[in-house]
Amino acid sequence: MRYWSACLIVILGIAGIAFSGINNYFFFAGFVVLQAVVLATAWNILGGYAGYVNFGVPAFVGAGAYTALFLHLSIKAPLIVQILGAALLAGVVGLLVGLLTVRLRGIFFSIATVALIFIFETLVINSRYLGGATGLQLTRPDPIIFENYTRGLVVVMAVMAVVAVSLARYIQESHIGRGLRAVRDSEEAAECSGVPTLKLKLLACTVSGALLGAAGAPMPMYLSYIEPASTFNLLYSVSALAMPIIGGMSHWIGPVIGALIIATLQQIVTVTISSELNVLVVGVLLVVFVVAAPDGIVGLVKRWKTSSK
Amino acid sequence: MIFSVDLLIEAIAFGILLGGFYAAVSLGLSVAFGLLDIPHVAHPAVLVLGAYGAFLLGQYGIDPIVAGLLLTPVFFALGAAFYRVYHIAFESRGDSAAVNGLAFFFGIVFIIEVLLVVFFGVDQQSAEAPYIGGSLAIGEMRLPYRLIVAFVVAIVLASVLSTYLSRTFYGRAIKAVGQDESALRLMGANPVKVKQLAFGIATGVNALAGAVLLIMAPVEPTMDRIYIGRTFCVVVLAGLGSMSGTIVAGLILGITESLVLMFLGTAWAPAVAFTLLLIMLALRPQGLFGR
Repeated sequence: MRYWSACLIVILGIAGIAFSGINNYFFFAGFVVLQAVVLATAWNILGGYAGYVNFGVPAFVGAGAYTALFLHLSIKAPLIVQILGAALLAGVVGLLVGLLTVRLRGIFFSIATVALIFIFETLVINSRYLGGATGLQLTRPDPIIFENYTRGLVVVMAVMAVVAVSLARYIQESHIGRGLRAVRDSEEAAECSGVPTLKLKLLACTVSGALLGAAGAPMPMYLSYIEPASTFNLLYSVSALAMPIIGGMSHWIGPVIGALIIATLQQIVTVTISSELNVLVVGVLLVVFVVAAPDGIVGLVKRWKTSSK
Repeated sequence: MIFSVDLLIEAIAFGILLGGFYAAVSLGLSVAFGLLDIPHVAHPAVLVLGAYGAFLLGQYGIDPIVAGLLLTPVFFALGAAFYRVYHIAFESRGDSAAVNGLAFFFGIVFIIEVLLVVFFGVDQQSAEAPYIGGSLAIGEMRLPYRLIVAFVVAIVLASVLSTYLSRTFYGRAIKAVGQDESALRLMGANPVKVKQLAFGIATGVNALAGAVLLIMAPVEPTMDRIYIGRTFCVVVLAGLGSMSGTIVAGLILGITESLVLMFLGTAWAPAVAFTLLLIMLALRPQGLFGR
């Protein structure tokens, strides 16, 4: 009950702020931070719970963004249809990637997901309809409820973040999460104890992929522009992976904490210093955390709580 | 495009030379990942670092190949020191190393990229040497000298490594450590020391391979990303840890890419390595010459 009231407060709060007269930049940055929450949470469903490291986040985000673009160009679909379409396609891609887990584990799986990025990017570059290598300029539809379109997108992203986190929370607390944790610790042992490992992995891959795709869907409208090089940028991977690891992978709150801290920090560093250094911040924090605090912030807090008792 | 035999022969000749180059840039990974099972995703980033090292020395008029040879001991030491950190932080801890170890190397990739951007800028940098630019004409066919240089370096490097690994005590120990660590310990060799040596070699090789990369084409800091596909494709195709297999796999990738380049166009070329890799992973992850 407490969780659901908190979710409601977050959505209403953000919608409330969107009605207020706060500076537009705040929303531009807020969108990125909320998107980071979705990406980190989605990544963690597969990476944190099941231990399969997906380096191919931009493949899913890009697939989502370009599905949205396609639906926009072909049938002038409204945003909600674009998001659902993106989630559907990225979910199917996730399912196919899940089938790879039958044969591939560890780094082999991770490298296969990197391959997806470049294959999708090449397909888009060679597709004139989707703008090719140069990309497409888009006109946004008129804002509906809020005074400008970005504000509406921020509220949409907030809803998506709540959906993503709720799904992750449900998965973690149900038999699915227990099964996935067993897969992470020892796939053979899990299989022998009757855990339906393949079914659970496919489920995790599909849900994770669909959420990543959905998070990418509003991108074309958010930027009113889309081009392959930045859409399929490997930087999405390092962020989506660093946030759960820094926050803590074992609990759904970990990716949320990690995403809020890192994405906010990135926005501050980008504005005050430079966009290159924000990548350095993520890289260094990631390396420091995996070496010094592999259980992330959640792990540090747990340790601090038990030692202070 | 009109199909012609001349064009096909030229594409294959070009592909063979390109393949030698791909083998050269993959040899280090073949040792680090193939033999030691270290998920060295940062290998291509280190490669680009090597290229920039050669570029830096080139500013003082040093030939790229000579620069690569000069940097090899430096990279060897760096690699050995780096392995120490990796070992203490991950291998000695044992559990949960899978996700964190991968994330560690992935983080290193971006740290190297940003440092290169900060020191050298995002612009492309290239080297100067007498053999860059010219080409050898055989009948109608023109083969760039830089490709020939890359090919020769690759063959020499692979032969030296292969001989070292099969003929010397430490070389054999490196081969053994990937197969059975405890057996090696029983033979009185320290597996950590052996792995440190091997990772040093894998990194040292990258200095020279990086120089070859600089000879082949202008370099830029995020160039490593495309080479994740190419190097892992070669190593997986080769079957983990086989040096002669690495050459053959390099040739397969080089020829395929060259054919795609010539008959489909440049825009499709980047996907070749990744597609081959994906097919290989799905059908035969142990590689063509796997153990």
